[in-house]
Formats: sequence, structure tokens, C-alpha cells
Amino acid sequence: MIRRPMIEVRKLAKHFGRFPVLRSLDLTIRKGEFVALFGRNGAGKTTFLRILAGLSRASSGTMSIQLPDEKRFRFARGAIGYLSHNTSLYTDLTALENLGFYSRLMDAPSDEASLIRKIELVGLAGREREPVRNYSRGMQQRLAIARAFLHDPEILLLDEPFTGLDQGGSEFLKWFLAQAHSEGKTCIVAIHDASLGYEMADRLVVIERGVVALDVPKTSLTLKEFEERYLAVTQTRMRSSVGPNAGNLL
Amino acid sequence: MKRIWAVFRKDLLVELRTKDTLNSMLFFGVVVLVVFNFAMESLRDSVRTAVPGVLWVAFAFSGTLGLNRMFASEKENGCLQGLLMIPVDRGIIYFGKMLAATVFMLIAEVIIFVCSLVFFNLTVWNEIPYLALVFLIGTLGFTAVGTLLSAIAVNTRLREVLLPLLLFPVILPVLVNAVEATGIILNGPDYGALRLPLTVMTVFTVVFGTVSYLLFEHVLED
Repeated sequence: MIRRPMIEVRKLAKHFGRFPVLRSLDLTIRKGEFVALFGRNGAGKTTFLRILAGLSRASSGTMSIQLPDEKRFRFARGAIGYLSHNTSLYTDLTALENLGFYSRLMDAPSDEASLIRKIELVGLAGREREPVRNYSRGMQQRLAIARAFLHDPEILLLDEPFTGLDQGGSEFLKWFLAQAHSEGKTCIVAIHDASLGYEMADRLVVIERGVVALDVPKTSLTLKEFEERYLAVTQTRMRSSVGPNAGNLL
Repeated sequence: MKRIWAVFRKDLLVELRTKDTLNSMLFFGVVVLVVFNFAMESLRDSVRTAVPGVLWVAFAFSGTLGLNRMFASEKENGCLQGLLMIPVDRGIIYFGKMLAATVFMLIAEVIIFVCSLVFFNLTVWNEIPYLALVFLIGTLGFTAVGTLLSAIAVNTRLREVLLPLLLFPVILPVLVNAVEATGIILNGPDYGALRLPLTVMTVFTVVFGTVSYLLFEHVLED
């Protein structure tokens, strides 16, 4: 069965001043797809996800998100959960207060019992009344996962979500994403670890210098083949960007 | 309304835990009063005519400090990004923040005003309801503009400098009329004369509040 496109991006460009970050990026993502976004630092992954999340305005190009109930885009944020490097948590508030605040704004259940359940789900049972300031980076990241997906969104955008997570946290996040994927949610995850991205996703996209340099279904390549092609794409570009005298720096 | 209240309640809760904003506003406001108290030592007989100006300078300076903190705290850990992802009209963030800024400023104003009564040896029992009205409308005008400009300044490196530079020229009509109205109340009350400055401040607050609400969404996107 051919699934209909959920996200369609055409000739998307973003400039910061004169500096182009995205240049004519085209991508179509279907409902229920799990896309792993790869690319070097500064390739444009974060900017792309921020534009998808409605946090940043594109300089040119079009983007459309099809939602089941055709909500207006302004409020399509309700169908998107976005987790970035920042946890978006108030460190002077407790985990309960943080989730309570966001739940009230999102019209999600904000009673204490359901909030505690969500905190327990991310492995922070017993720490819900502690200020977030006392949490380690990994614990804050776990709570940030609970915060970002409080409203049970249809589209999950995650920007390097494994940063700062310990083994247990990483396993939990992998389980959480697999669960969301099996429920038919659309997942787009920016990630550096090729094997981890390959393991989770069913489509592999490499962004390089603001364009899609590689876009393949996982089934068409083995991990080794993908790593070779990923390396080839990024190294070709890197050689052209650092110039012939780069070796002198070493 | 429920969401505006949620934003306000969260700011209040954070402030109760840290007391960063109110403490700095209060100390700064009182320091301004102390400086003016010494500076006006030779004007003891006519001090009542100078008090409205001194009070509003203290209110405006301490209010600017508070507004600077308003969005700076949201930038830590990317909380502003979390707020922007909420699927509602972003104007509710503006109103929630404005409400919190107004309440913090009013608390600071009450304490600064009480200090001014001691420093300048004033008695104002009968005038308090009128003064409260002027302080409320003046503060609303101040925060209506200040909340928007604070959101603009927070994304710049020189936000502590930029905010007053943007804010003071815009809120001049509010400050001038607030000083005039406070002067009318403190110096031989002719309450009929309050109508004009109060009307100007109210119109300013409604117009700039509406414009700020409409612009708020755009200033937060990059």
C-alpha cells in the first residue's frame, strides 16, 4: 500500500544573513516513516528540523504538513513533538511542576497521578519532587523526552536525542521510538551514529551543505554499504570545502 | 485565560524559588531613592513637587531590570523554544508574561513608595486609592510595551543595554503622564485634572498592548 505524504518540502532554503544553511532542499516523508537524518556538524539538520517544527521561518521554498483533521498549520504544532539539544526545562521547578506547566498549556492531562506515571515511564520514579537543577544531564534529557511528547504527537522530531544519555537512557529512548513507530507515528531523528540510525530507521537521509545528498531506504543497503556511501558523500564535500592546504594545519 | 494563568503561575513559582527578579528590582529602586534623597537635600521645602518624578524614575529603572530578567530566564535551557512549540496562539505567552511583569513591578512599586514616604517625610493616607490607580495604569502601559521589547532584546548580545534604549523613548508618553498624574494627587488634589493623563495612559496601554500582542509571534521566530 502506498502511504500518502505527510511532510512535503520543496526547494527549502534558509540563510542567516548572507550565510546559506539550507539550499533548495527537497524531501517527501510519508506517514509512519522513520527517517534518520545524517550529516556533518553545520550541514543543516538542526535548521531543517527547526523549520519543520515551526520554530524558524524558511527564507524561501515551501513546506506542507498533512494532518488527519486538516488543522491549520499555525496550530499544527499540536501534532508535532520536538526534542532538541535544549531540554526546555525550568531548573528551579520540580519534574512534576515542569510537566504540569506544559500539560496545562497543551491541554494534556495534568493531574498528579498521570504526570507521575509519565515521570516513572522515563525512569525517574521517586525523583518527581526534586528540582530539575539537581538532576544529571542524562536525567534532564529523560525528563525532556517526557515533556516533548506529553501531548502524544503524530510527528516526532528529535535532534541528536542520544546526547548525554547513559546506556539505560539510550535503551529507553530506542524502545520509546520503536513503540512510537509501531503505532504509526512519523519519526525524524537527526543523528551522528550511523549504526544506531541504521538500526532504528527505515529510511536514511544524508544532508550535506544544505541539500539532500543521499536518500535511500534501509532495505536497499547493508550497514557497511551505507557507511561507505555516507563517508564518500561527506568526504568529497569536505575535501572541496577545506582546500588543498588543509594538511599543513596538521 | 487558563493558559495565560499557567504562564503567570509558572513565573510566580520560579520567582518565589529564586527571588532573583524582585530582589534586584527592589534594591535598585531603593538605591535610586536614596541617591535622590541626598541630591535633593537643599530642596527640602519643595520636595513634594519633585517626588512624582523621582518615584517614576525609580519605578522605570527597577521595572527595566525586571523586564530584562523576564525572557532571559526563558532562554536558559531553551525554555522559550518549549513555549513556542505549544499549539496555541503565541499571544498567550505575551499576556502571561505581561501579567507577571505587572505584578512584580507593582510589588516593587509598593515597597519603593513606602520607602519614599519615609525618605521624603510624606503623609498620603487619603490619596492612596488615586495613587494606586495611577500606578496600576502606568505600570500596565510600561509592561505592555516592555514585554514585547524584552522579547526582542533577549535575542541580542547587548540585551541589558538594548532594552532601555528601545523602551524609554517609546514609553515616554506613559512616564510623562504618570508623573503629571502623581503630581496632581500629591500637590493639592484637583482630581478632575486627572482625567486627561489617565485617558492618555489608558489609550496608550490599549493601543500598544494590541500592537505588541499582534507582533509578538513574529519577534520570537528566527
